[in-house]
Amino acid sequence: MPDVQVLVNEFLNNLKKRKIEGSQATARQTAELLRSVISQQRVSYTNQAGALMDAVRAVGEQLIAANPVELAVGNIVRRVLHIIREENISLTTAAIAGLGVSAVSDDDDDAERNDHPVLSAASLAAAARSTLRPPSLQTLLEDVPDSAAVPHTSSSGGDSDGKSRSADKSSRTRKLKHDVIEAVNELIQDITTCYEQIAEQAVEHIHQNEVILTLGSSRTVLEFLCAAKEKKRSFRVFVAEGAPRYQGHLLAKELVTRGLQTTLITDSAVFAMISRVNMVIVGAHAVMANGGVIAPVGLNMVALAAQRHAVPFVVLAGTHKLCPLYPHNPEVLLNELRSPSELLDFGEFSDCMDFGNGTSSPLLHVVNPTFDYVPPKLVSLFITDTGGHNPSYMYRLIADYYSADDLVVQRRPKGS
Amino acid sequence: MDPRRAARTVIDPKVRKVGFFAPGAPPDRSLSGPPDPIASSSASSPPIPDLSPSGNFLSPVMIPPPRHSSADTALLSSSRPVPPSPLRRDSLTSAGCIHNPSELFPSSSPTAPSSYAGRVVEFQDDPRGNSVKVATGASSFPGGGFDLTAVKTSSVPASRFTTVSVVKTMPPGLSETIVEKVGGSFEVENDRPASSKSLKEKTSKAERRALQEAQRAAKAAAKAEGSKVPSTSEAAMSANVKPTKATKAPSLKNDSATVAASEKKGGDRPPEKDRKKDVPHPRMQYDDKSRVEKAKRRAVVKQTEARNRVELFRHLPQYEHGTQLPDLETKFFQLDPVHPAIYKVGLQYLSGDISGGNARCIAMLEAFQEAIKDHSTPPEKTLSRDLTAKLSSYVSFLIECRPLSISMGNAIRFLKSHIAKLPLTLSESEAKSSLQSDIYNFINEKIILADKVIVNHAVTKIRDGDVLLTYGSSSAVEMILLHAHELGKRFRVVVVDSRPKLEGQLLLRRLVGKGLSCTYIYITGISYIMHEVSRIFLGASSVLSNGTVYSRVGTACVAMVAHEFRVPVLVCCEAYKFHERVQLDSICSNELGNPDAISEVPGREDINYLDGCTNSENLQLLNLIYDATPSDYVSLIITDYGMVPPTSVPVIVREYRREHIWI
Repeated sequence: MPDVQVLVNEFLNNLKKRKIEGSQATARQTAELLRSVISQQRVSYTNQAGALMDAVRAVGEQLIAANPVELAVGNIVRRVLHIIREENISLTTAAIAGLGVSAVSDDDDDAERNDHPVLSAASLAAAARSTLRPPSLQTLLEDVPDSAAVPHTSSSGGDSDGKSRSADKSSRTRKLKHDVIEAVNELIQDITTCYEQIAEQAVEHIHQNEVILTLGSSRTVLEFLCAAKEKKRSFRVFVAEGAPRYQGHLLAKELVTRGLQTTLITDSAVFAMISRVNMVIVGAHAVMANGGVIAPVGLNMVALAAQRHAVPFVVLAGTHKLCPLYPHNPEVLLNELRSPSELLDFGEFSDCMDFGNGTSSPLLHVVNPTFDYVPPKLVSLFITDTGGHNPSYMYRLIADYYSADDLVVQRRPKGS
Repeated sequence: MDPRRAARTVIDPKVRKVGFFAPGAPPDRSLSGPPDPIASSSASSPPIPDLSPSGNFLSPVMIPPPRHSSADTALLSSSRPVPPSPLRRDSLTSAGCIHNPSELFPSSSPTAPSSYAGRVVEFQDDPRGNSVKVATGASSFPGGGFDLTAVKTSSVPASRFTTVSVVKTMPPGLSETIVEKVGGSFEVENDRPASSKSLKEKTSKAERRALQEAQRAAKAAAKAEGSKVPSTSEAAMSANVKPTKATKAPSLKNDSATVAASEKKGGDRPPEKDRKKDVPHPRMQYDDKSRVEKAKRRAVVKQTEARNRVELFRHLPQYEHGTQLPDLETKFFQLDPVHPAIYKVGLQYLSGDISGGNARCIAMLEAFQEAIKDHSTPPEKTLSRDLTAKLSSYVSFLIECRPLSISMGNAIRFLKSHIAKLPLTLSESEAKSSLQSDIYNFINEKIILADKVIVNHAVTKIRDGDVLLTYGSSSAVEMILLHAHELGKRFRVVVVDSRPKLEGQLLLRRLVGKGLSCTYIYITGISYIMHEVSRIFLGASSVLSNGTVYSRVGTACVAMVAHEFRVPVLVCCEAYKFHERVQLDSICSNELGNPDAISEVPGREDINYLDGCTNSENLQLLNLIYDATPSDYVSLIITDYGMVPPTSVPVIVREYRREHIWI
């Protein structure tokens, strides 16, 4: 599969050079890459799921290492792994169901006999339920024994029946890959359409004559606001420009062309204006499992100001931004320093810059961080494509999309 | 009288306990405490109680000087040989509260550091001569007092700089006046807080007036007497005096008149009236159409209104910037109502060449000085009325150029009250020179000296290894940082900056140029950098009496984040910027800058998203200049009165403002 490797390398390069920006674009491209990895992966007859997962892991590890700060990459890798697991489970349960049926009646009508007959073990029921994936605490609790049990059943199934089931197995192999690719396509679909799903909820949160403040630019926020505007809500928006990237200018321009009353302010005026603001709506870079937000730089300041004035601080995030990791010292470890040239003109300050030549340490440091960490206590509400959630609920939401095994799987040696 | 004195001594420590002083900062606080020499001298003349408080002498040097400069003593000693006249002795007794000059100069006082030179000059330049009492004080100790001062002179070499500057204001015939002035200002320093208070409480207005009338007469007489005495000391001083003396030689008559003037000023201070004025005038609201129309008709500067006004700020003027400058420049030579100096300053405000509270205030006052110098009253008018009217028109011109800062408002109020209190007896030239020196003193004492005091206080809060964060570019903070650096403290500075002015870059450049280690960051990254910061030093445009710090926009953000990270926030603000107004938010009163500065990002050609749509009616650009930092984010306010918590601001406003500005 040389062509995949080319694709992977290209994507790696782009990540390393930070040519791909925005978690949404990164997430989508990661998913597409993994899809082609999966489709190119030749699968053996035994343990196809394991082979697929190994392949995904191998690529995923490189991708994550290429830009560890872009958490969306890791999120998507984990979700693809989770998809493979789930598809595998659902296939095995279906196969086991078929097995049970054939043991009794020896007919080939396993497809329609999904109502688990003889062999309906607890694991089977749980697997069936987990494929339906109702977000309940029960599935979460049953998830663990289930995933442990599955390899057993599949291997025992293979052992006991021998060659009589080989034809069935090959179809299962194809089916697994097919199903996984289908599911990944669905994931890509989700990522691309998460705006609409989030924007649909806009009218429930924005009322007439509302004053909304946002900082920087986020496509999600843009769509959200415009959706409310299309529903004939009239409200005004304060946009903080988000220096030194000035994404706020971009957002302001978009909002203006869509006919929204927009006021552009400097970042420093946030505290002054927040007392007249009804709601702060911002996008996020990533949402951590504790409900904390990795957000464009400056948002912690905004969140603090909002808290001071009891203004709701609402974070819009597609599910691909949900990261199953808990942050530790995120301001530093999950941050990235960009070029000082965005802050200072090298030409103007050239005389100050080279103070470092002779002495041990330079006199002038210029710090240009990319992200801020907003702790969960400052966030009033998360709006994701599955609805609104409290920060304290994020860990639960995340458990729906990732399996616990994958959180650390990255660090395991490749073969395991 | 005696009981009053006693009362004062009791009150003394009370007032001081308010806690304005940093522990150990001004070494001679104790000076004013023991009123021994005074008590004895005043005991002889019961009816003259305290001129001193009502004499409001001036000046506002509010903090007891930490050290006395050699120049003072030199001057004192030089004037020593003036023989006391009987008349003067009279006045001396009346001036009861003079401190023995020797007391003012503790022999242990080290030579003044150069930083205090400015302060010394001020004292001596005090124009209002309100010092007769002091002079008498000096003369009242014909024996021992002289000896003491003589000793001092010998021990302390007079610095040429201070001496010369003193001489400038000294009328040639009257070395004595210098003494008076010097003494006067000291007296003020030491006595003011206590005595003025007791006076208010205990004497009725009429009583005080009568007293003052009597004293004024006595003093005028004393003056005349004194001037007749040829000063022997002059010869001694003439060596370094000569160059300046020739240039400035106010007439003798002038001098005595000034004295009288100052007396009068002190005499008719009506406390009741002050109280009425307590509530600040409501400001012009620009959503009031009729008033705006009226103002426009008068305006010299034709401002064009901003295209898209921000709804929330209708009450503030929102103009386009830059359009009117060329037009005004062409009008420079054809304007009648505005003095060229004022015009120039106005244009500088308009173009942003002068910014920063202190710089603007000083520029304005200097322009006023010029204007007053060139002012001539039409024959049928009185100087004070005409000048006040002129001044008002200048001020409204300046407001058209850029809304006044609160510090400028205070300075104007100071000047107007001085004009109003000019005695009618003064000739025009005398009155003008008196006003000019008033202004000069204001700049020196309230701004330059105050900054030095602030620097000395603030430096005590900097330790080795500190990481100090500052926002924007504050002149006071810059002085503090540089001074601490000169003292050899090892610390790092984080300069936080914000669009659109990016004033921090200028500060950064100056600091790095001086060899300080700096970190530069935009305000968005404040949460990132705050982890490593140990102290925040902020400047302020004004401190309002509810403790709100009114300052460059963004200060509130910095203070808020610092508060969240438990980092102490120290605000450095000269006391003349304090105001009795209160404000809760940054919206009711603010200033709006050029909106186009928001949409343009100089130096970043790639950021041009808004190029096409600045004319769209949906887009408003809001360029706030100030914001209000709630007092709970502020740990400490460092002023020339010492370091106070924000809750003590109204105390300072009440206790000091009235006495220094309104009198």
